[in-house]
Amino acid sequence: MKFLKNIVDKLEPTFSEGGKLSKLHSVFDGFSTFLFVPNHTAKSGAHIHDAIDSKRTMITVVLALVPALLFGMWNVGYQHFLAIGQDVNFWEQFAFGLLAVLPTLVVSYVVGLGIEFIIAQIKGHEIQEGFLVTGFLIPLIVPVDTPLWMIAVATAFAVIFAKEVFGGTGYNIFNVALITRAFLFFAYPTAMSGDQVWVRTRDAFWWGAGEPINAFSGATPLGQLATSTEPVAAFHNIMGDPIGFWDGFLGLIPGSVGETSTLAILLGAALLIITNVASWKTMLSVFLGGAFMGLVFNTWGPDSAIANLPWYNHLVLGGFAFGAVFMATDPVTSARTETGKWIYGFLIGVMAIIIRILNPGYPEGMMLAILLMNIFGCLIDYFVVQSNITKRLKRTTIK
Amino acid sequence: MENALSIFVRSIFVDNMIFAYFLGMCSYLAVSKNVKTSIGLGIAVTFVLLITLPVNYLLEVHVLRAGALSWLGENFANLDLSYLSFILFIAVIAAIVQLVEMIVEKFSPSLYASLGIFLPLIAVNCAIMGGALFMQQRAGLEPSDPKALTSLVDVIAYALGSGFGWVLAIVGLAAIREKLEYSDVPAPLRGLGITFITVGLMALAFLCFSGLKI
Repeated sequence: MKFLKNIVDKLEPTFSEGGKLSKLHSVFDGFSTFLFVPNHTAKSGAHIHDAIDSKRTMITVVLALVPALLFGMWNVGYQHFLAIGQDVNFWEQFAFGLLAVLPTLVVSYVVGLGIEFIIAQIKGHEIQEGFLVTGFLIPLIVPVDTPLWMIAVATAFAVIFAKEVFGGTGYNIFNVALITRAFLFFAYPTAMSGDQVWVRTRDAFWWGAGEPINAFSGATPLGQLATSTEPVAAFHNIMGDPIGFWDGFLGLIPGSVGETSTLAILLGAALLIITNVASWKTMLSVFLGGAFMGLVFNTWGPDSAIANLPWYNHLVLGGFAFGAVFMATDPVTSARTETGKWIYGFLIGVMAIIIRILNPGYPEGMMLAILLMNIFGCLIDYFVVQSNITKRLKRTTIK
Repeated sequence: MENALSIFVRSIFVDNMIFAYFLGMCSYLAVSKNVKTSIGLGIAVTFVLLITLPVNYLLEVHVLRAGALSWLGENFANLDLSYLSFILFIAVIAAIVQLVEMIVEKFSPSLYASLGIFLPLIAVNCAIMGGALFMQQRAGLEPSDPKALTSLVDVIAYALGSGFGWVLAIVGLAAIREKLEYSDVPAPLRGLGITFITVGLMALAFLCFSGLKI
């Protein structure tokens, strides 16, 4: 710590006004406040001191995402060696996943932060920290086999057109990570869906190469159900063995890197709720909405495999839990009023199940449902505020 | 009835006038600065659609379509007046818009003032004309086609659905634009520029309905 502090203190004059590199002040400021709590204080007026600032908030979310990332890495390796029929130990599975996932993480951070830095320089602002979480989310919500250049293009698109043109962190209307995913999904559909992309069958850095065995089929449970012709809600793992609720809950299924394990996601959710960073109301209402709509389809829905899937399975398969915990609760793009959060979350759950069941093209409907509700978040707030205003107007008596 | 319900839902979400066809953009962009006015314009558009589409449908079936005039007698059975459809549809729309304008002016002068020129301009709103032309096209489809409009009830459902879809789109955009007032948008993009980008991203989100099976 002392060592780092010395370096920062020593460099400060170079980057301050009048220094040699004063043009790059925002870059220096970004790094130094990332390492240490800034020592600037307000000079006048009343102000409140709080240890929490947006950097702390962001880093809490990143910490909450770590279980999902670690599990996702291990699961990538586990599915890979299962698919090529090799029996290896836990650490080799994890190491393979690490090698497969790390490049996406690096690409997403380098591209996104690069754009953030350039724009901060142009505008003469300080670096905004919003991308810390977004850059971490992007590798978690794409299939493991997504080519790196696609991630770079999509990240650049999302950061520029969904965030910077709106004024940067805190002003965006749409969740940046979701725009990245939607862009990938609609621009390169073959790389983002189907049954070839969810399990990494090729090697990672020339290691772990092998041919997939004959019984291998890489479709996700929801993908299997969407294409199934029989109205039986049964799904299987990549070896063709039938699996059930608990496999989905633990996450031993193919899917986007971070979304498979509901257990790991719930660990993150616990941290977010304890630190009060994300709203438990939104999370709970998303699950309620999903359960409600799942029940409706179980009872009155069409006689298809995916509509017959028991409602509790919907909550642990695909990106449902991940979306509910990390995407729907994004404080910038979700509804901001407390009543609004209940409505917003509930509608996300409902829309996700509707898209999953009625739209065979998009069995992984959760991310699109949240993106859709991003549009109406502002509107929900508007009506909540208006109804409060009318309520209070009624209470006041005009003499 | 089930068919009408499916047409209603589809025309709100899947065949949304704004996000699927980008129709009615001029008033959509111009009057979406605040939620109240945009609800007013949305209701006016829905009302006009609701009156003009059934009237135009009856014209299409009983006057314009090839052989539609057979009820006048043998001599008219081979007549095809569909080349008149544009002019007839426009005439109907313009007349109805006049009516709406008078009603709004009488009952809500404040809304009338805030809608301004865009109220009479509904007459040339492409969502209305587009609705009429889509209706004509879909009325001519085989009845087995899920998109076909086979009866007056279907057409009313289609008109209501398209109108609601338009209301949903404009009200959603208006709420976003009210929030954007406080955003730090780069100077060259302020106003219409950022609105276009927002609408594009909204359309991206609405893509989740394409291919919906109801």
